[in-house]
Amino acid sequence: MTDPIIKFDAVGKRFGSVTVLDGLDFEVAEGEKVTIIGPSGSGKSTILRILMTLESISDGVVYVGGEPLWHERKGGNFVPASESHLREMRRLLGMVFQSFNLFPHMTVLRNLTEAPVRVLGLSRAEARERGLELLDMVGLADQAKKFPHQLSGGQQQRVAIARALAMRPKIMLFDEPTSALDPELVGEVQAVIRQLAEEHDLTMLLVTHEMRFAREISDRVCFIDGGRIREEGAPEEFFTNPKEERTRDFLHAILADN
Amino acid sequence: MLFGIEWDTSDNLTFAISILPILMRGLWVTLQAAVLGFFVAMVLGLVLAALKAVPARIVSWPTRVIAEFLRDTPLLIQLFFLYYVLPEFGLILPAFLTGALALGLQYSAYLSEVYRAGIEAVPRGQHEAARALDLTPRDTFIRIILPQAIPRIIPAMGNYLVAITKDVPILSVVTVLELLGVARIIGDRTFNYLVPLTMVGGIYLILTLLASYGVRRLDRSLPKTGIPLK
Ligand SMILES: Nc1ncnc2c1ncn2[C@@H]1O[C@H](COP(=O)(O)OP(=O)(O)OP(=O)(O)O)[C@@H](O)[C@H]1O
Ligand SMILES: [Mg+2]
Repeated sequence: MTDPIIKFDAVGKRFGSVTVLDGLDFEVAEGEKVTIIGPSGSGKSTILRILMTLESISDGVVYVGGEPLWHERKGGNFVPASESHLREMRRLLGMVFQSFNLFPHMTVLRNLTEAPVRVLGLSRAEARERGLELLDMVGLADQAKKFPHQLSGGQQQRVAIARALAMRPKIMLFDEPTSALDPELVGEVQAVIRQLAEEHDLTMLLVTHEMRFAREISDRVCFIDGGRIREEGAPEEFFTNPKEERTRDFLHAILADN
Repeated sequence: MLFGIEWDTSDNLTFAISILPILMRGLWVTLQAAVLGFFVAMVLGLVLAALKAVPARIVSWPTRVIAEFLRDTPLLIQLFFLYYVLPEFGLILPAFLTGALALGLQYSAYLSEVYRAGIEAVPRGQHEAARALDLTPRDTFIRIILPQAIPRIIPAMGNYLVAITKDVPILSVVTVLELLGVARIIGDRTFNYLVPLTMVGGIYLILTLLASYGVRRLDRSLPKTGIPLK
């Protein structure tokens, strides 16, 4: 097996006196689609936010693409990462947020072109062409000139997915991408993510409460509780035959809800 | 007679009509002082807001103290300070400039709060999305945060422009011939204070109503989602 593209090595994360991640070990292989499930407050978002460099770590080392994310190598030692190191590392990752976080003052197309122009140095024309291709891929080519508030939630989230892809990340992070949506709009967003999972060699890390969706698209499902991975496995095995008591309780509760 | 314009005290109405041009001269000075003071406040307020936001406490903390001092001490004291104390250090400014500067200083503290509030009202998710897309802090501020903050900032600024105009009469104590100062001189010389002072009140009322209407119109015409970038 090749080196994992994501590796958490004994990572701790504390907010003040609250310990959210507690010696977390976790790996994702290149191209793998992994779903993280777990109770509210168990640290699922925190894992994604650490990877997206929105949240720093308290202990341990996180590796992305073999390089330490929150550290830099200096004379054989790890020192805290500089902003320029973080900038470089961030290029590898894209994130889709629960609340979309589109830029409301920019048209849909401009949402997709702004960062490629500013950060990747594409020309406006190149960025537009690429942006339109991506909009076409998420089924919104005809909405390019609209502003986000003129779209439905499902459409907005599809734009947000396209916006993240426009930066050509190797890893896509999805933090409950459908949980802010009306039930009838969940399907269209899941369809886009499913298509991404099937047709691209992206590495995908997904947090969701939609168990059926998790089962469909993941290579592996991880159950996190109390700041650690408690159980993981291929979706078939994981959902039909969970080994841990806590996993069974959790699945029981969540399936009863749905 | 003032500014070479004669008045006619035969009856109140004629008197009022005859001093209107004189009051207009005063109004012109008032508006100039308000606009100049406000301009100073806008620039200085932005500087204060930026310094207050600097993570290093050694910068942000003194700035906070200064802003708090400017906000919480009476305008009249600041004005006297500039007018009587600065000349002792060899800095002698005309009364009008001193007055506008005093207004600008105090209002810079208010406006720094307006800027801060407008910027902080932009949701955290916008910063996070910008960071996830690897935009630089500078690009994030200029292209993402500021366009969304401006529609929240401008209406509040309009209200402070009205407020600063209402504070201009204080400048009359350092001999600036603005609207109220002019009215008082007319009163002193004609022993009729009723008419000029009533007119000053009326002029201020009209001014404030017009300005408030303008601010409301402006507020409604500003795009709620931010200055659009197509
Ligand atoms: N900035 C912060 N400051 C303090 N505590 C925080 C902060 N961010 C998260 N936490 C706490 O860390 C814990 C884990 O949060 P996290 O958002 O990772 O949970 P989650 O598993 O995503 O939960 P949910 O399913 O509700 O989204 C929670 O108890 C939360 O209150
Ligand atoms: Mg979460």
